[in-house]
Amino acid sequence: MPEFFQFLVSGLTIGAVYALVALGFTLVYNASDVVNFAQGEFVMLGGMVTVFVHAAGVPLPLAALVAVIVSVVLGLSLYWLAIAPARGASAVSLIIITIGASILLRGAAQIVFDKQFHKLPAFSGDTPVQMLGAAVQPQSFWVIGGTAVMVLLLYVFLERTLLGKAVLATSANRFAARLVGINTTTIMALAFGGSAAIGGVAGILITPITLTSYDVGTLLALKGFAAAMLGGMGNPLGAVAGGLLLGLLEAFGAGYISSTYKDAFAFIVILAVLFAAPQGLFGRRTIERV
Amino acid sequence: MLEISNLRSRYGRIEVLKGISLDVQTGEVVALIGSNGAGKTTLLHALSGVQPISDGQVTFLGERIDGLPAHRRVARGILQSPEGRQIFGPLTVEDNLRLGAYLRRDKDIAEDRDRIFGMFPILAEKRNQIAGGLSGGQQQMLAIGRALMGKPKLLLLDEPSLGLSPLLVDQILAAIVSLRALGMTVLLVEQNAMAALEIADRGYVIETGHIVHAGPASQLLSDPKVKAAYLGLE
Repeated sequence: MPEFFQFLVSGLTIGAVYALVALGFTLVYNASDVVNFAQGEFVMLGGMVTVFVHAAGVPLPLAALVAVIVSVVLGLSLYWLAIAPARGASAVSLIIITIGASILLRGAAQIVFDKQFHKLPAFSGDTPVQMLGAAVQPQSFWVIGGTAVMVLLLYVFLERTLLGKAVLATSANRFAARLVGINTTTIMALAFGGSAAIGGVAGILITPITLTSYDVGTLLALKGFAAAMLGGMGNPLGAVAGGLLLGLLEAFGAGYISSTYKDAFAFIVILAVLFAAPQGLFGRRTIERV
Repeated sequence: MLEISNLRSRYGRIEVLKGISLDVQTGEVVALIGSNGAGKTTLLHALSGVQPISDGQVTFLGERIDGLPAHRRVARGILQSPEGRQIFGPLTVEDNLRLGAYLRRDKDIAEDRDRIFGMFPILAEKRNQIAGGLSGGQQQMLAIGRALMGKPKLLLLDEPSLGLSPLLVDQILAAIVSLRALGMTVLLVEQNAMAALEIADRGYVIETGHIVHAGPASQLLSDPKVKAAYLGLE
């Protein structure tokens, strides 16, 4: 039983990060139909910028803020410099653009930073907390709690503000959104900036546990994408559920079956989903009467 | 209020509007009739700025608007209720109406919403329901209501009666008549030419991208050529 709880906590912790990456995918996909494979690079940037700014003597909270700002600026640049000029291109072209952007960001990080692994100090110490026989790192609470706060903020924004509703309207029907006066270009830029911020925060939260380096983005993007697919692409709650589920699958799979295949579980899941239920567990069911 | 001169628009290599000129005066209801594929919807899209034009001018309230993006035209008071409703399906009825007033910053939004609820009481009843679950007629009312929420100076209505039962068609037409009584300027696109001309002041007949007839609605209603081609009368 203690090991069950141990796996549960580590699954939820890593799952929370997948959930944030999946949320980033969802936000961009909803607003613009683009699957942004550079999403993982924002997680990398969040961690790496915080590490280097912190190492330069800036206090951790401030360094984290700088990292989020850098992520947002790069997210907006990705939209304005690469996605917006290609407006009207096919989905495949846009996906290739985002893959190109992710390679570029990774390469730039390698030059600007370095190729080493880096660690951040845990936000509230490294002394494990004993819970139900398991030793839980305090940083896990930061990751899970931070994710909960991000999800809540996003929910309030989408459901309670006019701008958030404009995002929902744009994802529901972009043509009609333009007819009511929504500047859909701004909404798409907002989605890219917002998803970059979410990715950056995820990177900051998880770096004390998993370490970071210039190339952690690729695998995170694939896992986050798998989570988004699992939950049903385009559904924010599905993204969160898919992320947590994927994290749990990995943790229990690694714990009870074999840790060698830890990363394979995500991809077995994505294949199974694509075969059995392409719309995902909570896929959008469009009801439209004619 | 609105003057269009020599407007041309194309989808790829196919020219759909081949030099359209028409005008709409303040307070008028102008009907644009014609068969499927004549270019009626394309014209409304071009006016709303969601369809590029290749030539010609559009002047609204004395200013050129043909270079403006869609949201700027909404800000100037050109609102459209598009063909096929195009409501925001996953959002509630109330949210759909609120988004219709997206660019407005004044304090009368709630009051205007209540006026639309008065006009279409069924929408008030279903205000918290998901718009995608409404019937076709209710969605049409919502689409018109959403356009009205933008405080239009010029209201573009694209096929408001398409696919509705005769009873609902009458209800929608009555709503347009009551809007006219309130002084609303309307450009109405309809395949149901008879109904459109009956409530319009003037009409234009569009055929394969050209205006082929124009005149007071009563005159078009009695024009033998229009009768034969669009009204199903000999």
